[in-house]
Amino acid sequence: MSDLRRFAVFGGVYNNFLSLEATLRDARALGCEAIFCLGDMGGFGPQPDRVFPLLRDVPDLYVMQGNYDHSIGNRLEDCACGYTDPRDNYYAQISYDYTLANTADAHKDWLRDLPTEFRHDWAGKRVLMAHGSPRQVNEFLWESMCPDAFLEHLLKSYEADVLFVTHTGIPWKRELEGGRQVINVGAIGRPANNGRTSVDYALVEVDDEGVRVAFREVAYDHEALAALMREEKLPEPFVETILTGWWTTCLEVMPARERALGVY
Amino acid sequence: MIDLNLAIDRNPEGPAPQLELGHLDTLWLQVTGTVCNLACLHCFISCGPKNESHPFMELEEVRRAVETAAEMGVKEFYFTGGEPFMHPQIREMIALTLEHGPLSVLTNGVLIDEELAGWLAEVFRTSRYNFDVRVSLDGTTPEENDAIRGRHTFEKILSGAQRLHQAGLNPVFTVTTCHAELAESAGRQRFFDLLAERGITRPRLKFLAPFKIGREERRGGAYEDFERLREGMLDEEARQSLQCSSCRMVTAKGVYPCPILIEEEGARMGDTLEDAMGPIKLDHPACYTCFVEGVTCRT
Ligand code: SF4
Ligand code: SF4
Repeated sequence: MSDLRRFAVFGGVYNNFLSLEATLRDARALGCEAIFCLGDMGGFGPQPDRVFPLLRDVPDLYVMQGNYDHSIGNRLEDCACGYTDPRDNYYAQISYDYTLANTADAHKDWLRDLPTEFRHDWAGKRVLMAHGSPRQVNEFLWESMCPDAFLEHLLKSYEADVLFVTHTGIPWKRELEGGRQVINVGAIGRPANNGRTSVDYALVEVDDEGVRVAFREVAYDHEALAALMREEKLPEPFVETILTGWWTTCLEVMPARERALGVY
Repeated sequence: MIDLNLAIDRNPEGPAPQLELGHLDTLWLQVTGTVCNLACLHCFISCGPKNESHPFMELEEVRRAVETAAEMGVKEFYFTGGEPFMHPQIREMIALTLEHGPLSVLTNGVLIDEELAGWLAEVFRTSRYNFDVRVSLDGTTPEENDAIRGRHTFEKILSGAQRLHQAGLNPVFTVTTCHAELAESAGRQRFFDLLAERGITRPRLKFLAPFKIGREERRGGAYEDFERLREGMLDEEARQSLQCSSCRMVTAKGVYPCPILIEEEGARMGDTLEDAMGPIKLDHPACYTCFVEGVTCRT
């Protein structure tokens, strides 16, 4: 097949410059002609400014604003996650304050001015990319919470055949009738609460037959990241997630179904 | 958070705002109407063993509403009452709804015996979409809770919840903040501590402000005249955050804008969901609570 085209789509960097580097390397090695980042550069990990040289002014990379980027870019007081669990709130705030304090002004301005959606035409399919959902930047699209008919409704209302989102941190995809599909690309900054330390992105192959999406697992030096997080005195539960692949915080927003697959 | 001082105008004037339905994201079903095995003092729809103002829904009524909403692309379903587990066909209703999307059942927990807990946990494990059971608890001590929910209910509620948890379904606890201090973080922490003591290790809690209507009006006092929404008080963000911009409630008596107003005069919108897709008037004092407290009944 001569005119096979490849693309990569990922989201949720969460300050993890090591997994970002590994993801970009993997996608480029596979010959991806363009790479799309669906937002949320900050939070969770160490040394926020280290992701920007990898993301800014790179010709094959297209970057979108997530809700976290909106908050950091506009210097808001919190990430507006709105947890009721005091523990979740406590850790989310530490991580937000740390990211806000350690992101250079020029990078904040860049985050503030990023676009909030991408549209493409791949093999005659109308492709739409958004952060949370096309209608709301911080809407969570979890697999167990999205009826087929609801996804059909989103595709129809936003005039798309293929929809890519992130924001929840756990990847899934659903094929609907007529070759239409919805893909949550998960996050590359934090493992997907599955006991693996690797992270995932979506590898897209486009030819005359249509658009095929598969998840690519990427291993990176997670121990080096954990060491740096400890050096920066970031919360130990965050470090644990990086080292074990299980989420320890921010579990409250996760539906019971997805949560039951984890250990916390 | 809304700044209360800005939000309160003591002499609001002008017509009540209108609100369009953006998209039907949430369908509520009042499966057991106003019939309940408890008669809590803060119940905003005055449910109780003898209140049949909204009777039980029939299985076919539930099926029709669920299928219609599914065709409209609904995102999630909620069953409430009264007490849903009083319905003899509740299991069929749960099963048919979960074919179409995620479901939460709101219960007082009292009827959850071991057999039912086991069945519910099995449904949770095997259904395609998420399934939540939400149990109401109104205090961290028997004194606090029973003063509102009735004698000996504290133990019964917690036992029901523990059975669910042991069977493998982690319930969500709903706390109405009639005791104001429960909404504060120290009050919240007391719930986490209580549940941890009971072996519920990953508790999920939802706090809800009381609505001063129904029986709660007699317990905590009525709305004051100024507690009304007026045109111009709501910006676009506030409109979208009101649950009635994306929900409807179906009962055996027809369709209503939301779970709160089913006993209120003039709130009924029509017989079927199709009749209830138009805009509503936010002219009820309870709408004021939704706006000021940012209440949504969703989990
Ligand atoms: S608050 Fe719930 S449990 Fe109490 S009477 Fe009303 S419906 Fe029944
Ligand atoms: S009571 Fe609340 S949810 Fe119901 S119509 Fe009024 S604002 Fe909407």
